[in-house]
Amino acid sequence: MKQKLVKALLLFAVIALISSIIPACKSKTSDSDIKTSTETALRGNPDLSGVRVDVNEGVATLSGEVKDEATRAAAESAVTTIKGVKSVTNNISIAPLPQAPVEVTADDPLRTSVNDAIKDHPGVTASVNDGVITLTGEIKRADLPTLMQKLNALKPKKIENQLTIK
Amino acid sequence: MALQEKYKQLIDTAKTAGVSNLQVREQDGVLYIDGEAPSGAVKDQLWDVYGKIDPNFTGGDLILNVDAKAVEGSKVRVITQSSNLNIRKGPGTDQPIVGKAAHHEIITLLSKSNPQWWLVRTNEGEEGYSYAQYLEPVEG
Repeated sequence: MKQKLVKALLLFAVIALISSIIPACKSKTSDSDIKTSTETALRGNPDLSGVRVDVNEGVATLSGEVKDEATRAAAESAVTTIKGVKSVTNNISIAPLPQAPVEVTADDPLRTSVNDAIKDHPGVTASVNDGVITLTGEIKRADLPTLMQKLNALKPKKIENQLTIK
Repeated sequence: MALQEKYKQLIDTAKTAGVSNLQVREQDGVLYIDGEAPSGAVKDQLWDVYGKIDPNFTGGDLILNVDAKAVEGSKVRVITQSSNLNIRKGPGTDQPIVGKAAHHEIITLLSKSNPQWWLVRTNEGEEGYSYAQYLEPVEG
Protein backbone atom coordinates (compact mmCIF):
# COMPACT_ATOMS: atom_id res chain seq x y z
CA MET A 1 0.00 0.00 0.00
CA LYS A 2 2.80 2.38 0.94
CA GLN A 3 4.73 1.40 -2.16
CA LYS A 4 1.74 2.17 -4.37
CA LEU A 5 1.47 5.60 -2.85
CA VAL A 6 5.15 6.28 -3.48
CA LYS A 7 4.77 5.13 -7.10
CA ALA A 8 1.73 7.35 -7.57
CA LEU A 9 3.58 10.31 -6.11
CA LEU A 10 6.59 9.67 -8.35
CA LEU A 11 4.36 9.42 -11.40
CA PHE A 12 2.67 12.65 -10.44
CA ALA A 13 6.05 14.32 -9.97
CA VAL A 14 7.22 13.14 -13.40
CA ILE A 15 4.04 14.37 -15.07
CA ALA A 16 4.36 17.70 -13.29
CA LEU A 17 7.97 17.99 -14.42
CA ILE A 18 7.19 17.15 -18.06
CA SER A 19 4.22 19.46 -18.20
CA SER A 20 6.37 22.28 -16.81
CA ILE A 21 9.07 21.67 -19.45
CA ILE A 22 6.81 21.57 -22.51
CA PRO A 23 5.47 25.15 -22.29
CA ALA A 24 9.03 26.39 -21.56
CA CYS A 25 10.18 24.76 -24.81
CA LYS A 26 7.32 26.31 -26.72
CA SER A 27 8.07 29.84 -25.52
CA LYS A 28 11.67 29.62 -26.81
CA THR A 29 11.71 30.44 -30.57
CA SER A 30 13.68 27.88 -32.51
CA ASP A 31 16.60 28.84 -34.75
CA SER A 32 14.74 27.80 -37.87
CA ASP A 33 11.74 29.97 -36.88
CA ILE A 34 14.09 32.93 -36.35
CA LYS A 35 15.70 32.28 -39.71
CA THR A 36 12.30 32.24 -41.42
CA SER A 37 11.13 35.48 -39.84
CA THR A 38 14.50 37.11 -40.51
CA GLU A 39 14.36 36.19 -44.17
CA THR A 40 10.81 37.55 -44.37
CA ALA A 41 11.98 40.82 -42.82
CA LEU A 42 14.94 41.11 -45.23
CA ARG A 43 12.75 40.41 -48.25
CA GLY A 44 10.74 43.53 -47.39
CA ASN A 45 13.65 45.67 -48.61
CA PRO A 46 14.83 45.05 -52.21
CA ASP A 47 18.24 46.58 -51.35
CA LEU A 48 18.81 43.63 -49.03
CA SER A 49 18.29 40.91 -51.64
CA GLY A 50 22.01 40.04 -51.52
CA VAL A 51 21.94 39.35 -47.77
CA ARG A 52 21.99 35.82 -46.36
CA VAL A 53 21.27 34.85 -42.78
CA ASP A 54 22.24 31.95 -40.54
CA VAL A 55 20.94 31.47 -37.02
CA ASN A 56 22.66 29.47 -34.31
CA GLU A 57 21.28 29.49 -30.77
CA GLY A 58 19.61 32.83 -31.29
CA VAL A 59 22.72 34.47 -32.80
CA ALA A 60 21.93 35.71 -36.31
CA THR A 61 24.92 35.97 -38.68
CA LEU A 62 24.42 38.17 -41.73
CA SER A 63 26.58 37.80 -44.82
CA GLY A 64 26.49 38.81 -48.50
CA GLU A 65 26.88 42.13 -50.28
CA VAL A 66 24.99 45.42 -50.23
CA LYS A 67 25.54 48.73 -52.02
CA ASP A 68 26.55 50.97 -49.09
CA GLU A 69 27.12 51.39 -45.37
CA ALA A 70 23.57 52.67 -44.70
CA THR A 71 22.07 49.55 -46.26
CA ARG A 72 24.45 47.41 -44.25
CA ALA A 73 23.23 49.10 -41.05
CA ALA A 74 19.59 48.80 -42.17
CA ALA A 75 19.99 45.04 -42.56
CA GLU A 76 21.36 44.78 -39.05
CA SER A 77 18.61 46.85 -37.46
CA ALA A 78 15.92 44.93 -39.34
CA VAL A 79 17.18 41.70 -37.79
CA THR A 80 17.97 42.93 -34.26
CA THR A 81 14.28 43.52 -33.45
CA ILE A 82 13.12 40.04 -34.51
CA LYS A 83 11.79 37.91 -31.65
CA GLY A 84 14.26 35.35 -30.41
CA VAL A 85 17.36 37.06 -31.82
CA LYS A 86 19.90 37.39 -29.02
CA SER A 87 22.56 39.15 -31.04
CA VAL A 88 23.53 39.92 -34.62
CA THR A 89 26.92 39.33 -36.22
CA ASN A 90 27.13 41.60 -39.24
CA ASN A 91 29.50 40.13 -41.84
CA ILE A 92 27.89 41.96 -44.78
CA SER A 93 30.40 43.52 -47.14
CA ILE A 94 29.91 46.58 -49.31
CA ALA A 95 29.99 45.99 -53.07
CA PRO A 96 32.60 48.02 -54.98
CA LEU A 97 31.14 50.87 -57.02
CA PRO A 98 30.40 49.91 -60.61
CA GLN A 99 32.82 51.88 -62.77
CA ALA A 100 31.89 53.73 -65.92
CA PRO A 101 33.48 52.21 -69.01
CA VAL A 102 36.60 53.95 -70.33
CA GLU A 103 35.85 56.65 -72.91
CA VAL A 104 37.95 56.36 -76.03
CA THR A 105 38.19 59.26 -78.49
CA ALA A 106 36.79 58.50 -81.96
CA ASP A 107 39.42 58.03 -84.68
CA ASP A 108 38.82 61.28 -86.62
CA PRO A 109 39.19 63.75 -83.73
CA LEU A 110 41.94 61.53 -82.27
CA ARG A 111 43.91 61.66 -85.54
CA THR A 112 43.69 65.47 -85.58
CA SER A 113 44.87 65.72 -81.96
CA VAL A 114 47.66 63.20 -82.52
CA ASN A 115 48.91 65.22 -85.49
CA ASP A 116 48.91 68.34 -83.31
CA ALA A 117 50.81 66.46 -80.63
CA ILE A 118 53.58 65.05 -82.86
CA LYS A 119 54.05 68.29 -84.82
CA ASP A 120 56.95 69.33 -82.55
CA HIS A 121 58.64 65.92 -82.90
CA PRO A 122 59.82 65.80 -86.54
CA GLY A 123 61.19 62.21 -86.48
CA VAL A 124 57.91 60.74 -85.28
CA THR A 125 55.13 59.26 -87.42
CA ALA A 126 51.81 58.22 -85.92
CA SER A 127 48.84 56.27 -87.19
CA VAL A 128 45.45 55.91 -85.55
CA ASN A 129 43.26 52.86 -85.95
CA ASP A 130 40.29 51.94 -83.77
CA GLY A 131 41.54 54.19 -80.96
CA VAL A 132 45.04 52.71 -81.02
CA ILE A 133 47.91 55.13 -81.68
CA THR A 134 50.94 53.45 -83.27
CA LEU A 135 54.18 55.42 -83.14
CA THR A 136 57.03 54.77 -85.52
CA GLY A 137 60.22 56.62 -86.36
CA GLU A 138 62.74 57.92 -83.89
CA ILE A 139 62.90 60.25 -80.91
CA LYS A 140 65.46 61.56 -78.44
CA ARG A 141 65.12 59.99 -75.01
CA ALA A 142 64.68 63.41 -73.42
CA ASP A 143 61.67 64.16 -75.64
CA LEU A 144 59.93 60.83 -75.13
CA PRO A 145 58.12 61.63 -71.84
CA THR A 146 56.84 64.93 -73.29
CA LEU A 147 55.40 63.17 -76.33
CA MET A 148 53.90 60.39 -74.21
CA GLN A 149 52.28 62.92 -71.86
CA LYS A 150 50.68 64.68 -74.82
CA LEU A 151 49.36 61.43 -76.30
CA ASN A 152 48.13 59.97 -73.01
CA ALA A 153 45.97 63.08 -72.51
CA LEU A 154 44.09 62.46 -75.77
CA LYS A 155 42.07 59.49 -74.39
CA PRO A 156 43.28 56.86 -76.84
CA LYS A 157 42.48 53.19 -76.31
CA LYS A 158 46.12 52.20 -76.37
CA ILE A 159 49.53 53.48 -77.46
CA GLU A 160 51.82 51.12 -79.37
CA ASN A 161 55.22 52.71 -79.06
CA GLN A 162 57.55 51.32 -81.75
CA LEU A 163 59.84 54.35 -81.72
CA THR A 164 63.58 53.94 -81.88
CA ILE A 165 65.03 55.84 -78.96
CA LYS A 166 68.18 57.74 -79.84
CA MET B 1 44.26 42.77 -61.65
CA ALA B 2 47.74 41.89 -62.86
CA LEU B 3 48.17 45.38 -64.34
CA GLN B 4 47.17 47.00 -61.08
CA GLU B 5 49.97 44.97 -59.49
CA LYS B 6 52.47 46.05 -62.17
CA TYR B 7 51.57 49.73 -61.71
CA LYS B 8 50.84 49.50 -57.98
CA GLN B 9 53.52 52.05 -57.09
CA LEU B 10 52.00 54.50 -59.55
CA ILE B 11 48.47 54.01 -58.19
CA ASP B 12 49.72 54.34 -54.61
CA THR B 13 51.64 57.52 -55.48
CA ALA B 14 48.53 59.01 -57.11
CA LYS B 15 46.52 58.26 -53.97
CA THR B 16 49.03 59.64 -51.50
CA ALA B 17 49.83 62.72 -53.60
CA GLY B 18 46.18 63.75 -53.50
CA VAL B 19 45.10 63.23 -57.10
CA SER B 20 41.39 64.10 -57.19
CA ASN B 21 38.66 62.29 -59.16
CA LEU B 22 41.09 59.39 -59.39
CA GLN B 23 39.81 56.52 -61.51
CA VAL B 24 41.72 53.30 -62.03
CA ARG B 25 40.11 51.07 -64.61
CA GLU B 26 41.26 48.00 -66.47
CA GLN B 27 39.72 47.22 -69.82
CA ASP B 28 40.86 44.84 -72.57
CA GLY B 29 44.38 44.49 -71.26
CA VAL B 30 44.99 48.21 -70.73
CA LEU B 31 45.02 50.05 -67.42
CA TYR B 32 43.53 53.54 -67.47
CA ILE B 33 44.49 55.96 -64.70
CA ASP B 34 42.60 59.26 -64.85
CA GLY B 35 42.48 62.15 -62.44
CA GLU B 36 43.52 65.68 -61.64
CA ALA B 37 46.86 66.31 -59.98
CA PRO B 38 46.97 69.11 -57.40
CA SER B 39 50.08 70.56 -59.10
CA GLY B 40 52.43 70.20 -62.05
CA ALA B 41 55.00 68.75 -59.65
CA VAL B 42 52.68 65.86 -58.79
CA LYS B 43 52.09 65.17 -62.49
CA ASP B 44 55.88 65.08 -63.03
CA GLN B 45 56.26 62.78 -60.04
CA LEU B 46 53.71 60.33 -61.50
CA TRP B 47 55.48 60.32 -64.85
CA ASP B 48 58.79 59.66 -63.06
CA VAL B 49 57.25 56.61 -61.38
CA TYR B 50 55.78 55.44 -64.71
CA GLY B 51 59.22 55.90 -66.32
CA LYS B 52 60.81 53.72 -63.63
CA ILE B 53 58.32 50.89 -64.24
CA ASP B 54 58.45 51.14 -68.05
CA PRO B 55 61.50 53.25 -69.03
CA ASN B 56 60.78 53.26 -72.80
CA PHE B 57 56.98 53.48 -72.47
CA THR B 58 56.66 50.45 -74.74
CA GLY B 59 54.34 48.30 -72.58
CA GLY B 60 51.22 49.43 -74.44
CA ASP B 61 49.21 48.57 -71.32
CA LEU B 62 48.78 51.92 -69.55
CA ILE B 63 47.08 55.22 -70.36
CA LEU B 64 48.07 57.75 -67.69
CA ASN B 65 45.83 60.77 -68.07
CA VAL B 66 46.51 62.87 -65.00
CA ASP B 67 46.86 66.57 -65.65
CA ALA B 68 47.60 69.33 -63.21
CA LYS B 69 44.47 71.06 -62.06
CA ALA B 70 44.27 74.48 -63.68
CA VAL B 71 41.50 76.90 -62.77
CA GLU B 72 40.05 79.20 -65.41
CA GLY B 73 41.11 82.78 -64.75
CA SER B 74 44.34 81.69 -63.04
CA LYS B 75 47.94 82.02 -64.20
CA VAL B 76 49.73 79.31 -66.18
CA ARG B 77 53.38 78.90 -67.12
CA VAL B 78 54.60 78.13 -70.62
CA ILE B 79 56.53 74.84 -70.42
CA THR B 80 57.76 74.34 -73.98
CA GLN B 81 61.22 72.75 -74.30
CA SER B 82 62.83 76.06 -75.15
CA SER B 83 60.85 77.71 -77.94
CA ASN B 84 58.02 80.20 -77.92
CA LEU B 85 54.47 78.92 -77.60
CA ASN B 86 52.17 79.69 -80.49
CA ILE B 87 48.84 81.26 -79.74
CA ARG B 88 46.34 80.49 -82.47
CA LYS B 89 43.07 81.90 -83.62
CA GLY B 90 41.24 78.60 -83.08
CA PRO B 91 41.89 75.17 -81.53
CA GLY B 92 44.18 73.31 -83.95
CA THR B 93 47.60 73.54 -85.55
CA ASP B 94 45.91 74.44 -88.86
CA GLN B 95 44.71 77.71 -87.31
CA PRO B 96 46.59 80.97 -87.98
CA ILE B 97 49.04 82.14 -85.32
CA VAL B 98 47.83 85.31 -83.61
CA GLY B 99 50.56 85.66 -81.01
CA LYS B 100 53.37 84.02 -79.09
CA ALA B 101 54.27 83.49 -75.47
CA ALA B 102 57.88 83.06 -74.43
CA HIS B 103 59.33 79.91 -72.83
CA HIS B 104 58.57 80.06 -69.06
CA GLU B 105 56.41 83.17 -69.47
CA ILE B 106 53.40 83.30 -67.16
CA ILE B 107 50.12 84.01 -68.92
CA THR B 108 46.40 83.86 -68.05
CA LEU B 109 44.17 80.85 -68.62
CA LEU B 110 40.73 81.99 -69.79
CA SER B 111 38.91 78.78 -70.73
CA LYS B 112 39.47 75.04 -70.82
CA SER B 113 36.30 74.29 -72.79
CA ASN B 114 38.48 72.48 -75.31
CA PRO B 115 40.60 70.06 -73.23
CA GLN B 116 43.53 70.04 -75.69
CA TRP B 117 43.50 73.69 -76.66
CA TRP B 118 43.16 76.22 -73.86
CA LEU B 119 42.07 79.80 -74.47
CA VAL B 120 44.73 82.08 -73.00
CA ARG B 121 45.62 85.78 -72.81
CA THR B 122 49.19 87.02 -72.91
CA ASN B 123 50.47 89.89 -70.84
CA GLU B 124 50.31 91.99 -74.00
CA GLY B 125 46.56 91.30 -74.15
CA GLU B 126 46.63 88.87 -77.10
CA GLU B 127 43.99 86.18 -76.82
CA GLY B 128 43.94 82.81 -78.54
CA TYR B 129 44.32 79.07 -78.22
CA SER B 130 47.44 77.27 -77.02
CA TYR B 131 48.27 73.60 -76.74
CA ALA B 132 47.33 72.61 -73.16
CA GLN B 133 50.25 70.21 -72.72
CA TYR B 134 52.64 73.17 -72.90
CA LEU B 135 50.89 74.98 -70.07
CA GLU B 136 51.18 74.23 -66.40
CA PRO B 137 49.33 75.85 -63.50
CA VAL B 138 51.43 78.21 -61.39
CA GLU B 139 51.39 76.97 -57.83
CA GLY B 140 49.92 79.51 -55.46
